[in-house]
Amino acid sequence: MSEQDYGFDTLAIHAGAQPDPATGARATPIYQTTAYVFDDADHAADLFALRSFGNIYTRIMNPTQAVLESKVAALEGGTAAVATASGHAAQLLVFHALLNPGDEFIATRQLYGGSINQFNHSFKSFGWKVAWADADDVSSIAAAVTDKTKAIFIESIANPGGRVNDIEAISEVAKKAGIPLIVDNTLATPWLCKPFDHGANIITHSLTKFIAGHGNSMGGIIVDGGNFDWGKDGKYPMLSEPNSSYNDIKLYETFGNIAFAITCRVLGLRDLGPAISPTNAFNILTGMETLSLRMERHCENTQKVAEWLEANDKVEYVNYAGLKSSPYYDLAQKYTPRGPGAVFTFGLKGGYEAGVKVVSGVNLLSHLANVGDTRSLIIHPASTTHSQLTPEQQSKAGAGPELVRLSIGIENVDDIIADLDQAIG
Amino acid sequence: MDHTTYSNAYISDILQSVKTIALVGASAKEVRPSYFVMKYLLDKGYKVIPINPGMAGKELLGQMVYASLSDVPEPIDMVDIFRNSDAAGPITDEALTLDPLPKVIWMQLSVHNEEAAAKAEKAGLKVVMDRCPKMEYGKLSGEWARVGGSTGNISSKKQSMHESGKMQSLGLAPK
Ligand SMILES: Cc1ncc(COP(=O)(O)O)c(C=O)c1O
Repeated sequence: MSEQDYGFDTLAIHAGAQPDPATGARATPIYQTTAYVFDDADHAADLFALRSFGNIYTRIMNPTQAVLESKVAALEGGTAAVATASGHAAQLLVFHALLNPGDEFIATRQLYGGSINQFNHSFKSFGWKVAWADADDVSSIAAAVTDKTKAIFIESIANPGGRVNDIEAISEVAKKAGIPLIVDNTLATPWLCKPFDHGANIITHSLTKFIAGHGNSMGGIIVDGGNFDWGKDGKYPMLSEPNSSYNDIKLYETFGNIAFAITCRVLGLRDLGPAISPTNAFNILTGMETLSLRMERHCENTQKVAEWLEANDKVEYVNYAGLKSSPYYDLAQKYTPRGPGAVFTFGLKGGYEAGVKVVSGVNLLSHLANVGDTRSLIIHPASTTHSQLTPEQQSKAGAGPELVRLSIGIENVDDIIADLDQAIG
Repeated sequence: MDHTTYSNAYISDILQSVKTIALVGASAKEVRPSYFVMKYLLDKGYKVIPINPGMAGKELLGQMVYASLSDVPEPIDMVDIFRNSDAAGPITDEALTLDPLPKVIWMQLSVHNEEAAAKAEKAGLKVVMDRCPKMEYGKLSGEWARVGGSTGNISSKKQSMHESGKMQSLGLAPK
């Protein structure tokens, strides 16, 4: 029986996680080691030359991490995955594999504020240029394509705006331009949305959020869709051209449909170094076993909280794609039929001050900068995550002064609503 | 048969039943995929016979190189083609003149030749196109998971070690 025949929950528990070959341990052990002995000199040479699959050094691979990678690859329907220290590290490795100095990529403005910072500021010092486009206007994405454009980056469900993107329409633009579509699937998780089914070529995640799910471990991952031809036009030299740090092997020619993941590992992790810790990989694996159960409850609670807020007369608007009033309702029905996640925003009639009052007044919800925890979380982006952006960028990113972001947890929903009720006043 | 996807059972049956593999387009260059694959298959216990007219009579990884399939003095179970799609036609034709016939024609990643595939299948051979036996072996044995690959299998049985001691293997050594 092959993996395609198993259901999501079976894969979430079993994929990649066979009993340990050395001890028979049923749960995946934490391989807390930095290095691995070689059998002999020939074995060592084969590993270093990439002729064999095996363990060398934990900056590049680790058996606990490998279980996590196989599992996420299976759940997303990809060919292989590479786990990293954080979601941002995953994004860094993806662009490091694709871009040379002077190259460009297109990203939609409606992104997690941290990604906007990473692309605008840190990436500039690598000579990588981001061109911003509007996720709601696919023609603006097409118009931003130049002969230097190497990729398009979007979020499936955008943080923090409660919007769902038209992945298929955007993937058509990418196909026409002959470049890969990268989808950050953090807020959806593969339980709610499967971007590879809609034309994505690479998926990234911050595992820190719903996939780990318990607010206790940092991690990120890159999933290779195995569905892009890296060799066709020499646009991606790290994949298609001889690599002098590996005796001139060509990674795409050698590794075919896992070449992108291999490149991120043997060049990205090896040289940039953002390895996930084995203990964090273990914590994330434990969280993942209940992914669908948690996501079901997250979505059920979120729908109720959003409906309650929409009926509250101190609330000006609610941006949740599960509400019929949302302009993204139809896209959500198509791309996230089980629910458009648990992160959304609402605006208070009282503006900036009212936002500050709510985050100060909550007792059950936690005021912090994170999403995707079992606990319900609240933040006022204008004074925190989006404070580095100009007011125009804040509004374009969907984070104006009156706006509050929620990440609804899996507590009893009546308690979440009661806490918001007393804090809004 | 349809050659867009192959079941695990189809590939595993091939990799477990063949013993002698003629590798057409073998290379002495250590960075070529054909060299990687030849070394890997030898490590797994297959007999691999390199075919390369320019190197005929020499040894590669300890194996005698022959100029063509017809020169090989022993029965071949599988012909692994490391040449372009057009060249796969005449190579398959030559394979079909061998006595005994090989059991499998395997064309490497990015090599497709529908006409050759149809001829070979008509003669009773199994055909695989656009795949790499190293990668398929790695998937089926679980080794792929070591580099984050999605292996296509799940199991609640303890993983066993390959007899070489180098790799995990689910008993995928040649039968
Ligand atoms: C959608 C999205 N992508 C990426 C990231 C970055 O992930 P990390 O914090 O794990 O680096 C985050 C973090 O909030 C996020 O929400």
